[in-house]
Amino acid sequence: MAEYQTVYGSLDNFTKGGVEVINDDPKNYVFSNMFDVASRSKPWEKVAIGKNLEYVVECIRAEGVSEWRVTPHDEFALVVDGEVVIDLIDPSSPLVDPDASGSRALAGEPEGKKMGRVTAGHGHMTLLPAGRCYRMSASSPSVVLLQTIHGPDTIERWAEICQKY
Amino acid sequence: MTDVTDVTVLSGEANEHGYKPFSIGEFNFSRDEHFVHVTWPSGTHVTAAEPFLKALMRDVAWNFFYGTVNFDAVLGTTNHYGNVDLFAGRFNEAYRKAELDHMENFPHDEIKATFTAMLSDWTNATFDPFAAPMETGSAYGAKSGNNDAAVTRTRVTAKRMVGMPDDEPLRTDESGYPVNRAFHDVDQSQPVVEVEPGYENEVSAYNFFAYLSRSDVTWNPSVVSVCKDSLYCPTTEEFILPIIHGNDRVEWFIQLSDEIIWEVEDLKTGTPRAKVVMKAGDCASMPADIRHRGYSPKRSMLLVWENNSPAIPDMIARGEASVVPVKF
Repeated sequence: MAEYQTVYGSLDNFTKGGVEVINDDPKNYVFSNMFDVASRSKPWEKVAIGKNLEYVVECIRAEGVSEWRVTPHDEFALVVDGEVVIDLIDPSSPLVDPDASGSRALAGEPEGKKMGRVTAGHGHMTLLPAGRCYRMSASSPSVVLLQTIHGPDTIERWAEICQKY
Repeated sequence: MTDVTDVTVLSGEANEHGYKPFSIGEFNFSRDEHFVHVTWPSGTHVTAAEPFLKALMRDVAWNFFYGTVNFDAVLGTTNHYGNVDLFAGRFNEAYRKAELDHMENFPHDEIKATFTAMLSDWTNATFDPFAAPMETGSAYGAKSGNNDAAVTRTRVTAKRMVGMPDDEPLRTDESGYPVNRAFHDVDQSQPVVEVEPGYENEVSAYNFFAYLSRSDVTWNPSVVSVCKDSLYCPTTEEFILPIIHGNDRVEWFIQLSDEIIWEVEDLKTGTPRAKVVMKAGDCASMPADIRHRGYSPKRSMLLVWENNSPAIPDMIARGEASVVPVKF
């Protein structure tokens, strides 16, 4: 039986594919690479690499300790490189309108009950529950993909990250 | 005639090869040892049994999916979410010009029951249309038993996130999902989850890559996490996507491991538009006016990301939403 090797990308080692145009504009495919994006991002920037109307997939370079954030809806954090620790707090009073979109940064640690902690490694997905607060930390540069809705801190820099020609 | 869940399926006596013929509207389907034959008032079509059954499997399991499921360059379905078009040559420029194309609309339950019965009757015991080529027997030959255990599998559709209480379970050896032969090197360790009392239903994490490495099917996007209408639908891919998917909305692909090459054609004519080579970490949209087919040389992990809003096809038709997700 053949021995297969699963090929992943990482901040230190990634190879990009691309759009080979026959009769089209490559910009229609909004083609980027998450590790390329993260390698050029500041820690904790929330850079959209996918957008579908109000929904986004954000690429986050996790490095050091993030601010505390509160999310009005469920979000899902997938670690695609490195290891990220996620702390969760149930705020003592609502901190965000449940009809809002995207998470909000908080000034300092929120008051409330500690819910728990997740130590997520490569390929691990964590629920960031609606109405709750979270903080991420990474002792070495890591990458998180966040399934969420476009929010006040979502960064769109398509022309910088996507194939244009 | 056979009644399936209150819907009448039109089928006949088995032929000399053991297979029943089926009809719906003015379409007639039959198979022999090697081929599937389709007729409609203005034309005929023949295709090999294996790719036909693989495409039929996806159409049934996905409930006709988003938009158009082309079985090949001639035959396919378009989902209108409650009713479904069955067509021949409708999205083939040559068939249209020759006026050989044909399309009929059917209630969802009627065509679903017909396709389900056809899939059951035409799939032999050793063939699994969801499996990679090296993991299944042959689709060909005279009728020999059935494989209903395989062809009745459906998409996983988590309500919130896989692995949570009252949601889709994780895959394990014990539950019948061993690690696939191509993913023996995928780390199976689980995240460390420390939960304070009372928050067991909210503090949750799982090894998503390990979950994918235990998938027993190919080319079957299944929902693992739900953010309102934003659905993560990962899938493991090997060999060739058995259908050519025509989008009715923007769809996104995020390549999590290995490589897939996508051939992209114009949605309505089939004219080639681009080839998209995706390596691990690449992210690309599929516009809403194309159709695509993927080629995965080695079993790979693909995250298909969908916006499930039922309003999108009409928004695109009215010009309120673009066929591309971003303009820059």
